[in-house]
Amino acid sequence: MTMAKRIPWTLIVFVAALTIPYLGSRFYTFLATDIIILALFAVSLNLLLGYTGLVSFGHAAYFAIGAYTCGILMKTYGIPFGIGFVAAGILSGLFAALFGFFCVRLTKIYFAMLTLAFAQIVWAICLKWNSVTGGEQGLLNVPSPDLGWMASLPLIGDMRSADHFYLVALVLVALCFAVLRRIVDSPFGRILNTIRENPERAQFIGIDVRRYELAAFSLAGTFAGLSGALFGLFNRGVFPDFGYWSKSAEVLIMAILGGMGHFWGPAVGAAALILLNQQITAYTQYWPFILGTILIILLFVFPGGIVGALHAGYVRLRARRDA
Amino acid sequence: MLEVRDIRKSFNGFTAVGGVSLDVPAESITAVIGPNGAGKSTFFNLLTGHLRADAGRVAFAGRDITGVAPHAICRMGIGRSFQHTNIFRNLTVFQNVQAALIAHAGQARNFWSRADDLYREETLKILESLGLADKADAVSSALSHGNQKQLELGIALASDPKLLLLDEPTAGMSATETRESIRLLARIVAERKLTLLFTEHDMEVVFSIAQKIAVLHQGKLIAEGTPEQVRADREVRRVYLGERH
Repeated sequence: MTMAKRIPWTLIVFVAALTIPYLGSRFYTFLATDIIILALFAVSLNLLLGYTGLVSFGHAAYFAIGAYTCGILMKTYGIPFGIGFVAAGILSGLFAALFGFFCVRLTKIYFAMLTLAFAQIVWAICLKWNSVTGGEQGLLNVPSPDLGWMASLPLIGDMRSADHFYLVALVLVALCFAVLRRIVDSPFGRILNTIRENPERAQFIGIDVRRYELAAFSLAGTFAGLSGALFGLFNRGVFPDFGYWSKSAEVLIMAILGGMGHFWGPAVGAAALILLNQQITAYTQYWPFILGTILIILLFVFPGGIVGALHAGYVRLRARRDA
Repeated sequence: MLEVRDIRKSFNGFTAVGGVSLDVPAESITAVIGPNGAGKSTFFNLLTGHLRADAGRVAFAGRDITGVAPHAICRMGIGRSFQHTNIFRNLTVFQNVQAALIAHAGQARNFWSRADDLYREETLKILESLGLADKADAVSSALSHGNQKQLELGIALASDPKLLLLDEPTAGMSATETRESIRLLARIVAERKLTLLFTEHDMEVVFSIAQKIAVLHQGKLIAEGTPEQVRADREVRRVYLGERH
């Protein structure tokens, strides 16, 4: 227990992630950028799923709102990345608060269906509002953030611009993770756990359950929006399918695959899903078939996801060593 | 402390509670008894805002609380337990009580400090008074049924209530567990100078600690008084006690 606590895993992973551009491979940097951005998306969903016990089928809506906000501000209005990024978080948080206001009035499957309904509305608007979103064609040629200042920095100055973008994204994602971690470990986070465990009882320790669910929903939307903003830039374009229901399903799968009972579970799930997708599509076109099989095995054999299984294995190993 | 006036509730034409009035004086122990289906749980849910009354009025410490939401009623100083044990099953025993303390102290909005060691002393003090201190780090769903009921009492006490409403506090307990629980309950009520209103099916429990008994039958109050008066009441003997003895 104490040994595990003393190893600063988070720091080790962060430093390892910082060194990826030194591997010198465009492809590794590309994969790593994809992973860290979607890891943030998945962890933001877990604030609802794992911590508050709310199943959202429409989390992609806020990812898309963030991506379009940042993309439109930068492309159409020439606003710098920093402001676009913050605005993406704020606007997606506001929309999450607006939609969430209605969603938290329902429970269980009705809650899930309403989140899906709002997400479909967002998707339809992105698809049809040609003059602003670019419609079906999407928002193409979103300008890259101006990272010229990084060229004058020591150690990283002579890297490719994709590597520079990766490092910026990594730092921003790490900051978001730090904030999210603080939130889930706070008294507020503990109250969210009581709602997950038993909303009726939570009411009768004096908690206005709906209000706290709404707060969690808005926060989750905010961080989904921030990840969406980064993804739009990484992707060099924003498209309506960012908000499509299959994107919402994908992020749910990431969270469940990695394990929603642990803070890092969904991030591990995001990495696993992206890497598996890369590897398997190289050999076969039946990726969805393989993914389905993996999910079925996981749900029956390791209901706690990858991180849940690893943790259980670690606990068993330690028990044997102590015995 | 608690005044109930002519409260009514029906479900699809079935009258569950049909005009009940009851006074619960401060620092008293009152039991509501009645056969299954008499409307005891419905009556409780009307008091705590879980159900909305069709008519009637509930006042607590002089304030009208009819139609007030459960979380607000809890904040006014009413604690309750539920007939089916209602705890936070995947949290530890410690976290169960601590969460209630966090909510009571108005710290629930605090999203920036660490929760782990918050109110450690206060939490342990409550667990000690319930005899659960040695199980503080156990996951609460692993506790025995009797201990879970005690934990639920602990969650209610963490809100520092003036009035405690317990719905069948000894339901599903063995005879030994029941005796221990009642002794514990009597001690805590005396120590904290609480007003206690509870429903119960176990007559031994009722007559051992209640100062006042109200008898519900088919949604109506058919008798009210001291244990001796209720025991002697002919109507009560006929509809209720008679059925059992």
